Amino acid sequence: MFAYLVRRLLFFVPIIFGVMLLTFVLFFVVQSPNATARRVLGQRATPKAIENWLHNRGYDKPLLINQTPGEPWHDSLFLNQMQRLATFDLGASDVTGRPLAEIFREGALPSLLLTVPAFFASLVMSIGLSLYLVFIRNKAVDLAASLLCVMLMSVPVMVYVIFGQFVVAQVLNYFPAFGFQLKGISTVKFLVLPVCLMVVSGLGSEVRLFRALFLEEMGQDYIRTARAKGASTAVVLLRHVLKNGMINLITLLVASLPFLIMGSLLLENFFGIPGLGNVLFSAIQAPDFAVVQASVFLGSLLYLGGLLLTDICYAWADPRIRLQ
Amino acid sequence: MKMLDQIWVQNLCVVAGYSLLGTVLWYGTRSDRWRAAWKRLKADVPGMGALFVIFAYLLVGTLESLTISAESGNLTLLQKLASGVPQEKSYSAPLAKTTLSVAEPKPLKAVHLLGTDALGRDTLVQTLRATRSALWIGGLTSLIYIPLGVLLGMMAGYFRGWVDDVVQFIYSTVAAVPEILMLVAILMVLGKGLGTMAIALGITGWVGMARLIRGETLRQVERPYVAAAKAMGQSHWKILSSHLLPNVMHLVLIKFVLGFSGLVLAEAILSYLGVGVPVGTPSWGAMIDASRSELSREPLVWWNLTASSVALFILVLALNFFGDALRRAFDPKRGE
Repeated sequence: MFAYLVRRLLFFVPIIFGVMLLTFVLFFVVQSPNATARRVLGQRATPKAIENWLHNRGYDKPLLINQTPGEPWHDSLFLNQMQRLATFDLGASDVTGRPLAEIFREGALPSLLLTVPAFFASLVMSIGLSLYLVFIRNKAVDLAASLLCVMLMSVPVMVYVIFGQFVVAQVLNYFPAFGFQLKGISTVKFLVLPVCLMVVSGLGSEVRLFRALFLEEMGQDYIRTARAKGASTAVVLLRHVLKNGMINLITLLVASLPFLIMGSLLLENFFGIPGLGNVLFSAIQAPDFAVVQASVFLGSLLYLGGLLLTDICYAWADPRIRLQ
Repeated sequence: MKMLDQIWVQNLCVVAGYSLLGTVLWYGTRSDRWRAAWKRLKADVPGMGALFVIFAYLLVGTLESLTISAESGNLTLLQKLASGVPQEKSYSAPLAKTTLSVAEPKPLKAVHLLGTDALGRDTLVQTLRATRSALWIGGLTSLIYIPLGVLLGMMAGYFRGWVDDVVQFIYSTVAAVPEILMLVAILMVLGKGLGTMAIALGITGWVGMARLIRGETLRQVERPYVAAAKAMGQSHWKILSSHLLPNVMHLVLIKFVLGFSGLVLAEAILSYLGVGVPVGTPSWGAMIDASRSELSREPLVWWNLTASSVALFILVLALNFFGDALRRAFDPKRGE
């Protein structure tokens, strides 16, 4: 198990390097630091102001290797960036100058408050519903359900949000629609609607996927054996299908982990929740390139962390995998 | 990207796009598998219904994409057809006789089936015009991500070894960045526009295609026909292009249709986020964005939001239905 994990970890090293290279090319080569400065400071910035801005951030160094005599060769933009990221020094916001680590730390809790309940609620609902569909195996219900799933999939997130906000908050006048506060029961009341919307918007594709997965399991030989020894449908589903389908479910679920922490961009913006999604949204509007760049890096680290977790779950669920 | 703003380039692109689609389908008619699938598809009522809806959208999008020179400046064919619809002063409800104003309602010049927006433009015409952005994003992005994904996926599956390692490394790296972050980052750096949006979506989109095609190629390479072609001394290129490609092409077609629905949604979401189409280009996402504040108006303005979301919903739904029907037609045993 240990050797397997080490091998997987080693596999991530080049990928992290690749992500660093990718963000560097995008933010420093495709768009030169000069152009960034111009877009952040505005078209009317004086050359002096731009020069200062570049110098304060160390963006006036050579791109890849420093060839200026008298300066160390590694004092270049790329290598400095790598050094900083390797020590998790994310730098500061282009606009406000606040350290990014602080901004992200503040945004993490509201994001998690929204996404973690939504994650578990949608997990329970979609597994329950798809198992139920496999259980009843009624042609008409099945057809109606898959029709409904495709329809749920075809509505863009923002329409769900606009509609939900309008009906629940304005027509029914029930939930506070805007103004997130971290204050006990009112936070919970406030989060009910966004969490519900998040569950509904993902439900269609999840139920469809899980149902296909479970149906495939239903065709396996061990199911016939279980039935032959007299197990009831419920037992077959809960003890056999769910357990074996789990291995495939894990992959799908872990892939959604980064979104738990990144939050949902649109939902946070709509409900004024000061989470990471909102941080990103205001960075787009500003524009604040440092925030976007750091988000890309952190987001991919989270994704890789999720991938490692998948591997651990896999190895734990299916011992054969460790030996490969 | 400035090239895309010129009329003749756009008109040429439309013609080129249709010829490309036609060529692929024409090659398809020569394959037994495609002919059998078409036979099954014809009997599939929801699939055919969805196909007709898609054709209707294609027609509207094409009309809006073909531009002609007129005395009053350049007009798209759709604008030309709708030139009889007058512009009003402000909001008006569907089929209303006056503008939407409690204090002093002004009489309208004509009846508008779906009302008018803040600038007094006919909502139905605006909704139809927005079809173009959705179809262009879908089409241009497919032109980028399909060749890239198919080529790299086939090469990885066929050559294996270090080629496979390199391809897997590249797509693992791209996939490691959460998609929405990648899109936002690319679009912020490259700027708004249909072309840049297609590039951004193409860069993130090819990974799924490459994975799918790599897996299928790995399976196909084991089949006797590949061994036979190798034994006859055919070149790698010949085996890839005339033996393996036709055998994975149906997967590409299914993925293209289902991917198209995702791209239409992505266009709307990115335009909504403000990194999508340039200001002034009709787009469902931009319309939904604009109509957000209309819901808190008194009296309520609901028709802009409804028209744009329903138009978007129907297209995505039709694409999803048609994609599923295609999958059933090509692989009747799997069913789902």
